[in-house]
Amino acid sequence: MEILLPILIVGAIGLIAGVGLSIASVLMQVPVDETEQKIRDALPGANCGACGYSGCDGYAAAIAKGEAPPDRCAPGGAETAAALSQLLGVEVVAKQRRAVVACGGDCDAVGQKMDYHGVQTCAAANQLYRGPSDCGYGCIGLGDCVRECEYDAISVQNGVAVVDPAACTGCERCVKACPKGIIVLKPAEPHPVVRCSNPQKGAVVRKICKKGCIGCMKCERVCPTGAASVKNHLASIDPALCTNCGACVEACPQHCIQ
Amino acid sequence: MTKLVTILLAGILTNNMVLSKFLGICPFLGVSKKLNTALSMSLAVIFVMLIATAVTWPVYALLLEPNGLGYLQTIVFILIIAALVQLVEIVLKRFLPPIYQALGIYLPLITTNCAVLGITLLNFTDSLSYVESLFNALGAGIGFLVAMVLFAGVRMRLETADIPESLQGLPITLISASIVSLSFLGFAGIVG
Repeated sequence: MEILLPILIVGAIGLIAGVGLSIASVLMQVPVDETEQKIRDALPGANCGACGYSGCDGYAAAIAKGEAPPDRCAPGGAETAAALSQLLGVEVVAKQRRAVVACGGDCDAVGQKMDYHGVQTCAAANQLYRGPSDCGYGCIGLGDCVRECEYDAISVQNGVAVVDPAACTGCERCVKACPKGIIVLKPAEPHPVVRCSNPQKGAVVRKICKKGCIGCMKCERVCPTGAASVKNHLASIDPALCTNCGACVEACPQHCIQ
Repeated sequence: MTKLVTILLAGILTNNMVLSKFLGICPFLGVSKKLNTALSMSLAVIFVMLIATAVTWPVYALLLEPNGLGYLQTIVFILIIAALVQLVEIVLKRFLPPIYQALGIYLPLITTNCAVLGITLLNFTDSLSYVESLFNALGAGIGFLVAMVLFAGVRMRLETADIPESLQGLPITLISASIVSLSFLGFAGIVG
């Protein structure tokens, strides 16, 4: 008989908890977006966080709002991506974007302010006076992006990272790996890119780098469609307006538009 | 009053949940890679520790103890904590979505966290009163937060450190965890 009371107590607590929870879940039901629910069902539910969101729920919400692409789920892989894009009614385009390194400051163009012998990663070098290069905004060239790339699409050539557009899948891993934030994703179709990220004034840039953008506005003046513009002493080209006419490439006195 | 402050400080420094009692090591190693995730996790832990203590203390004192069923506390507490966290999650989702978003996945993950169960059990080992137990839970939670934030800082440095190949990954994490833990031994005897 002694065993009865403990059984009763544990059983009663379990019962109360169970019934309470089911009542609460019915009473407190939050109206969920139908698409979001469907997307959530299509995800594997591993809550691994590889997509960059807090879990499968967070990722589903972001997709439903149109903030995230459907191909971020690592455990689900291609299958999940296909299922999700079917749900959303968009096609998964395997190659939409390519990475571009917005810096052309190779060893000939830019000097070194120190002889760096520390840990050979960009992230570590960047913590010491913003890297060994004279330009605090440009490529460090220690290849954090190269190690991150699974497709061998990036190589460091003469001290600056270069992306092979044919091999790049636009996975964004190098973009995240770069401590300088100078790798950007651009539409896959070829158009000129400003290979400089230094927002300092022209005179300063000219002193430290032979290939840096000096903000001379020449590209802005010759561009027939208004795609090239200069802000903060730094040129940029809007891919949506660019017709790939090549006028800016020829006009650039620093040869930093390529 | 002095006793409450002592309990609070003891929970944070001398009897730190993670670094002195070695409870809650799993989230300590698992989600300390980034400072912001470490923070959300710790806030969730503080929150759950408080409500778990608030509910388990009366259950033990009024139901189990008088019937001589003290030995049931582990299983009953697990049951209560698991159900309670689920309930809190549902309520938060309905009424306080921002907090629900901030705690995210960490709230359900810590339902079975040993630090949470540990604090509810330790309240009785130390025979604390109801208010003292709540302060003990708060102190333990803040202690968890301190440990997480400190260790997140250490791990961010480790990312760029030049570590011998055989020690990369978990080994160096465990070694640095033990060194951080050693440093907390220095607090022994200060309070409590």
